[in-house]
Amino acid sequence: MPSLLIKNGRVIDPSQDLDRVTNVLIEGTRVAAIGVEDFEAATVIDATGKIVTPGLVDMHTELREPGCEEDETIESGTAAALAGGFTSVACIPNTDPPIDTQASVEFVRQKAARARNCHVFVLACVSKNREGQELAEIGSLVESGAVGFTDADRPIHNTELMRRALEYCLMFDVPILNHPEVLELSRDGIMHEGLTSMVLGLTGMPSDAEDVMTARDLRLAEYTGGRLHLMNISSGGSVELIRRFKSRGAGVTAEICPAHFSLTDDTLRTFDANCKVNPPLRSRNHVDACIAGLVDDTIDIITSCHAPRASEKKLQALDRAPFGMVNLETTLSLVIKHLIEPQFLTWPQAIRKMTINPAQALGLSKGTLQVGADADVTIIDPDVRWTVRRDEFHSRSRNTPFEGAELVGRAVRVIVDGEVRFARD
Amino acid sequence: MSRDSAEFMPHPDTWTRRDLLDLESLTLDELTTLLDTAFAFKQATDGCRRKLPLLEGKTTSNLFFENSTRTRTSFGLAAKRLGADTVDFTASSSSLSKGETFIDTAKNIEAMNVDVMVMRHHTPGAPHLLADHVDCAVVNAGDGTHEHPTQGLLDIMTIRETRGEVRGLTVALVGDIAHSRTARSNIWGLRKLGAHVIVCGPSTLVSRGWEEFGVEVAYSLDSILPRCDVLNLLRIQFERQYTRPFPSVREYALLYAMNADRMARAKKDILIMAPGPINRGVEITPDVADGPHSVILNQVTNGLAVRMAALWLVAGARDKLRQSICRGPAAHG
Repeated sequence: MPSLLIKNGRVIDPSQDLDRVTNVLIEGTRVAAIGVEDFEAATVIDATGKIVTPGLVDMHTELREPGCEEDETIESGTAAALAGGFTSVACIPNTDPPIDTQASVEFVRQKAARARNCHVFVLACVSKNREGQELAEIGSLVESGAVGFTDADRPIHNTELMRRALEYCLMFDVPILNHPEVLELSRDGIMHEGLTSMVLGLTGMPSDAEDVMTARDLRLAEYTGGRLHLMNISSGGSVELIRRFKSRGAGVTAEICPAHFSLTDDTLRTFDANCKVNPPLRSRNHVDACIAGLVDDTIDIITSCHAPRASEKKLQALDRAPFGMVNLETTLSLVIKHLIEPQFLTWPQAIRKMTINPAQALGLSKGTLQVGADADVTIIDPDVRWTVRRDEFHSRSRNTPFEGAELVGRAVRVIVDGEVRFARD
Repeated sequence: MSRDSAEFMPHPDTWTRRDLLDLESLTLDELTTLLDTAFAFKQATDGCRRKLPLLEGKTTSNLFFENSTRTRTSFGLAAKRLGADTVDFTASSSSLSKGETFIDTAKNIEAMNVDVMVMRHHTPGAPHLLADHVDCAVVNAGDGTHEHPTQGLLDIMTIRETRGEVRGLTVALVGDIAHSRTARSNIWGLRKLGAHVIVCGPSTLVSRGWEEFGVEVAYSLDSILPRCDVLNLLRIQFERQYTRPFPSVREYALLYAMNADRMARAKKDILIMAPGPINRGVEITPDVADGPHSVILNQVTNGLAVRMAALWLVAGARDKLRQSICRGPAAHG
């Protein structure tokens, strides 16, 4: 059995409250031991000065295949994930056709297996054809491997459908992931509604559009007892609502992506379509409230919300350019820059939100280095300085507003199933 | 620059911008330079009737991705008065319907050796995006609900021409502030020149946020009317909204239409302006629009002077920029 020893790294595994310099022994595809003893292994990686974590888990990625291969493929997207330190991603079904049948779930899983980059878990549609009318065949989809249900960037608008979905998923113990946004309030919106949108004359998307549906979803989750995951939280009002419901013991998880703790709506003054995301970049007070929500664990998960879009789509006037920014290859460094360096989160707190928390939200046996667990490991050099060059991305798309940004820290070795799948020197 | 221009007036050192994209980012000096140049052009051309061939040998292009009659005609005529060749481009006849991005369209037109591109687009920031991708000068002729710098300038020029000084005047912009690029350009220009600006209209179309920028926000025209030196009556942009922000045109007119009754309660020397196209009977009644206080048609004439000034200033700045690039850093100083 091939063996691999990761020596002398600072091992941070929040699933077992571990944070110390030690060794990790992998045998085959499993974690075999953790300890300071001199393990024998065929291959040894010296991780002195590095941080060793369970392979990072991203529960909100767009892989765009099938149908939108000009933006990303399963192969390129998973390569980007690896380069960003992720060993598992869950992909959302805003594909063409949307992932709402057993055959399409199997297509994604097979493509991912063939690419042999990172693990891919499928989030399938809540509604047939992602139309928000009737429930998709959730039971069959679970059987073929779907781990959660979402209509991706389309909010589950029909309140009754949302209630039924939460209720129906109870018997499969899978979560509903919703992007909270009341479309009547955000229609034609390009950016956060506030002083900047007023000055620029860009149609605003008020934070209330998010909050009103967040409130609805929280109520329904509490009422039905269903598992709710709120995607893309960006507003202070939503953070406050989630905090209140969590304090009452509601089983809800919430995520944020780097865009919403790294950038504010002022960035739109450049009219750069790469800053057009949904939910929109919010004003400083919202960003601060979201960071406070990360600090007190109201927001328990950090995702990439990787949304690749081909450059010809982004090179349009702002109203026609699609929403989205690529993030798989910058998320970890942005977490370090905006959350760890300013001491909002400790390393273990941040890693928890990128490993065991998303794994548990989706019921995956990932995000841990417990002995016997899958040998998915990310080795991070926390000190390496690098400059974002989008032409070096593994993703097919280049839609980042961080081009040229000087960042510190990134993944240098990424191990999947006991095999080094990505290395950077 | 041709020899003629140097004889008439040298290109001012206070203007170095290759593009005129908005009034928000202009300095007071730049704003004053634009206005002074426009006045000088108006005088030198007998109210813009005669030619002043400062842009002979240059080509300007009108790229209009949104319908326009007066702005387009005004820019076209301004270019002709300056002796430039003009190329017109309309979105309806374009390859945009074939899926080309407007940047590609613009670059194709630029490749025909265009020196100044005048662009109107329905999306805020489109001219800024264009300016990042072309080497010619870019003049914003209205970008969605963002800005319309030459309209703001011609409004201010008209006020200055009639009243001599802008500083200290109370200017109310009345109507659909939310969807008005004219309002935004007026706000920045007037504030920089020291006017007191009021934005007035239905609460669904006027944001309290403007107070952050030193602008007074009012919902009742009648309450501010006695204090106003200038009223700029903006058109309701029915085409830009889904749910009507007020119950009916009748109710709007009741609250905001400038009519004889309101004129009687206004200052004796009040100026009535409108950027047009005007909806007679909605924001203004015909007797007021055609009455002695109305300077609506002066605005149009001044528009010609302002656009001549804008075209000449950006074209000159671009020439200087290109010369300094050709000569290299040694040319400085």
